[in-house]
Amino acid sequence: MSATLLIARRELGAYFRSMTGYVIAGLVLLIDGLLFNAFVLSAGEMYSADVLANFFYISFGTTVIASVFISMRLLAEERQTGTLVLLTSSPVHDWEIVIGKYLSAVVFLAIVTLATVYIPALILVNGKVSFGHLVAGYLGLLLTGSATVAIGVFGSALARTQVLAAIISGVITVSILIAHLLSRVADRPLKDLFMALALYARHFPPFQSGQIHLRDVVYYVAVTYVALFAAVRVMESRRWK
Amino acid sequence: MIEVKGLTKYYGELAAIHDLDFAIDRGEVIGFLGLNGAGKTTALKILGCVLLPTAGAVTVDGIDIASDPHAVRRRIGFLPDTPPLYNDMTVGRYLRFAAELRGVSSSEADKAVTEAEEKTATREVHDKPIFSLSHGYRQRVGVAQALVHKPKLLILDEPTSGLDPVQIVEMRETIRALRGEHTVLLSSHILSEISQTCDRLLVIQRGEIVAQGSEQDLATRLGGGGTIEVEVAAPAARAIEVVRTVTGIGACSVMREGEGVARLELQGSPDLRPKVVRALVQNGIDVLRVDRGAARLESIFLKLTKDKEQLQ
Repeated sequence: MSATLLIARRELGAYFRSMTGYVIAGLVLLIDGLLFNAFVLSAGEMYSADVLANFFYISFGTTVIASVFISMRLLAEERQTGTLVLLTSSPVHDWEIVIGKYLSAVVFLAIVTLATVYIPALILVNGKVSFGHLVAGYLGLLLTGSATVAIGVFGSALARTQVLAAIISGVITVSILIAHLLSRVADRPLKDLFMALALYARHFPPFQSGQIHLRDVVYYVAVTYVALFAAVRVMESRRWK
Repeated sequence: MIEVKGLTKYYGELAAIHDLDFAIDRGEVIGFLGLNGAGKTTALKILGCVLLPTAGAVTVDGIDIASDPHAVRRRIGFLPDTPPLYNDMTVGRYLRFAAELRGVSSSEADKAVTEAEEKTATREVHDKPIFSLSHGYRQRVGVAQALVHKPKLLILDEPTSGLDPVQIVEMRETIRALRGEHTVLLSSHILSEISQTCDRLLVIQRGEIVAQGSEQDLATRLGGGGTIEVEVAAPAARAIEVVRTVTGIGACSVMREGEGVARLELQGSPDLRPKVVRALVQNGIDVLRVDRGAARLESIFLKLTKDKEQLQ
């Protein structure tokens, strides 16, 4: 088994061996369910597609927040407890460590996200849900999760403590989440740039309503790539300190 | 096995180690001795391929750590000052993970884990979660992870740190048992540990090696042939008069005197102990105790570090 998969498997196991993993999973499912009840079911009669779109809107928020908490421990905790040396003294590249950690967090997030499928199933019982809409919505959530987990890995690579890691990745995530607000007060070409960078406003609504645009897929993949690339660079630079 | 030339590491303006030069042969057990902050951990981290040096060259088995760090890492087992243990895993699973990470194949991993556990006497905690282990076991599991892939070189940073006396003895035996199969480089500021476990010492002070050699070499060089400690049931002055007649004994000093017992320190090779005892007994002086004296490592170490500071 490659070092990346070994690290990913160990990390994924660590989520299930610790309370943290269950607490995060439980909270995500609880908050998703509560918000769905509070804002969607109590909003009166709606088309099933709109109910589903609202569910994906809510899940976007919980996915982003969960990503920060899931990823904050990945490298910062290892640095804090001294276990990172086990990896850095082994014949393993820094990128293998980073990708392994990222994969474990994405798979864990995917498991938690897919566990919310009971909500679309409830919509299906009382209405009509398009399979394509469902696939597009969940693909959007997974891509968002991938991007925000990657940002979390970067924050975790930079920080010495988990709290600091959460703060760094939280600030970066919120910054690109509200980039579209900056585009309202900026002139071109910055206006276009801020809009293109917006984590939600420009790129998620199509997924939410059941559409998959290559442009949006590329955006989330690009954010993932840049964040992981930066995390690898941080890890490499730590070899000097 | 290891050749270090001009090894230097700066943290900003501060030189943690400066121009280190030493070589280690295959199968040796080498002690890296220094006070806290002397640069031991930095040097060991560089040798363990965890940290990159600012300047200098290190080769392990002829392979340069800068040009092919992975090849070197495969040959090295590293135990940092805090054992890198995942508390959520069981000992067996953890060691298996460490073995596979260092390139042991999946089919060989179980065998490698069993061997490492036997060498470090951790077989009985194979199925126990690491968080439940005592400090002594944690330290031994740390050693087990370092040797699970059968590296040629073991680098152990303060392996006895925080252990109680019984655990120290167990760890010392574990390290002694590794002699021959592995080249071992260990660091400590607990001086007696180094003297009892190692073939050769490298004394490091303020990032530089101030002396190297066996304990006896260092004692001879610094103590003018070593010292002998004698406790006699007689007045100190009379005992000194007698021992001075023994050829090879130089200056004598009284360490303690009272209640008819005197403790003396004699400058001279510890090999002269039988002659000293014979002379005393023949002159009617009862000998209560005789020992290698201030040639103990503490004295050597203090002398070395003090001399260096005075020079600076």
